Amino acid sequence: MANRPLAEAKCLPAALGLGGLAAVLALTEMLIRLGWVNRFIVPLPSEVFVSFERIILEENVLSRFLATAGEALAAAFLVSLTGVALGAFLHRHRLLRRACESWVAGLAAAPLVLLYPLFLVIFGRNALTIVMIGFVSGLPPAILKTVEGFAGTPKVLLDVGRSFSLSPSQLFWKIAFPSALPVIFVGVRLGLMFSLINIVGVEFLINFGGLGQLVNELAERYDLAAMYAAICFVILVSVFFFIASEKLERWLLRSA
Amino acid sequence: MTGGSAGEDGSTVEAAGGTPVLRVENIVKRFVTDSATVTAVDHVSFTVAQGEVLSIIGPSGCGKSTLFNVIGGLAEADEGRVVVEGRLMSGPDPAIGMVFQEESTFPWRTVGDNVAFALEVAGMARAERTKRVRHYLELVGLKGFEQHHPAQLSGGMRQRVAIARTLAFGPKVLLMDEPFAALDEQTRLLLGDKVLQIQQELAQTTLLITHSIAEAVQLSDRVLVMTYRPGRVKRIVDIKLPRPRTAEIIGSKDFGLYVAEIWSDLRGEASLGMKDAEAHLPQAE
Repeated sequence: MANRPLAEAKCLPAALGLGGLAAVLALTEMLIRLGWVNRFIVPLPSEVFVSFERIILEENVLSRFLATAGEALAAAFLVSLTGVALGAFLHRHRLLRRACESWVAGLAAAPLVLLYPLFLVIFGRNALTIVMIGFVSGLPPAILKTVEGFAGTPKVLLDVGRSFSLSPSQLFWKIAFPSALPVIFVGVRLGLMFSLINIVGVEFLINFGGLGQLVNELAERYDLAAMYAAICFVILVSVFFFIASEKLERWLLRSA
Repeated sequence: MTGGSAGEDGSTVEAAGGTPVLRVENIVKRFVTDSATVTAVDHVSFTVAQGEVLSIIGPSGCGKSTLFNVIGGLAEADEGRVVVEGRLMSGPDPAIGMVFQEESTFPWRTVGDNVAFALEVAGMARAERTKRVRHYLELVGLKGFEQHHPAQLSGGMRQRVAIARTLAFGPKVLLMDEPFAALDEQTRLLLGDKVLQIQQELAQTTLLITHSIAEAVQLSDRVLVMTYRPGRVKRIVDIKLPRPRTAEIIGSKDFGLYVAEIWSDLRGEASLGMKDAEAHLPQAE
């Protein structure tokens, strides 16, 4: 017990992470109070902390959090379903994969959020526009990583399945898919990040919906402390999806 | 010392005794490349009797693995046929269980779930499946490791999981392609002992592909020596060493003589393979 590596201790990594965050916040507070950092650019962490109560009571942040989380959830669902299906399709059709892979990769780097006027024209100024931009921007990494995941399935594992006379569908669901799953989930998580960034960005730009709109309003009022507090809720959405995706991955692997 | 042999005449090489379970008849496998058609396996025929271990040995590139894939139904032969207990094989079949050279356990499944894999796909009831998994894990010496994942095991243990998974499906013929190739020498010897013990216990008809002469002599009743490209049957050597093959037998003079005899057959073929490989190396300008 005494020799157990510290990294394996149950609560220590979490405590270290929280302790590190607290130290950074304390350092920031000190630098601002000493005047080394301009408090009109970076607010005092203590002020941000106090403003949490204000944005919960006065700015209705919880319903905005739910709106953004709901849009992110819808986009995540579309990204996962379409991205994995398209990735699997491209993996099976080599010519098509070679034809599109580079421009799908190019799409991943494109600032799709700037196409928001086009989406506004097609879908109107509503949540659907935000979800669709989140979906389109999250799609490329999910497709690319799905292709990579299937391509990385060791041939010998498929041969094991063939030697047991598995049907093509059983080979896919029992071997190829679970083998590719860890890489597919890297793509899905990257897609979720891209989606969330774009969802909040579009909410900000079109001044509609959840946390992005709130950040916009608080920035307009130059209420920096509350704005940073609202950004903390955006991070909370990201953390929520990260944890959910990890649980989903584990569940899928257990059922494979 | 040598009990029997066969030449390169393409005739069926019959099992030493007993009813043949596996009959490999005139297998020919060709590969078409841009510049030529290469015959990898050329009219290979042999039989394996019930409970017998036959090893196939040959130099690298002689078509051993191609033959493994053809017999296992993973590749189609251009000519010839494979028959198990009188039934013609036309692709992968539960009658032939395959153990591969590479790491082949499913990393996302526990050891128990790996062994249960084929039984689960075949729709066997859970209670019966669990019973069978326990039995085969005990047989390969992995009792108590049911809930471990392959990543938590050594290479030798993982290969035993793969063997248990194949045996649990109840194949008539166990087909193994260099199953110990990725292991260190000591683990190879110990695992060889274990496989031999399991084979004796189950009276499992076994066909082993290997490039290790000592391993072939340690495990087999007969050793089939293949020629280098195209792969043909050069000779079959009967190994008349007593069983169990204890450390004393492996260290005996007779064991050494069998190794030397097979090496003398193999040496010329291995030299051809080496010369061929050197000839295909890019020349320095």
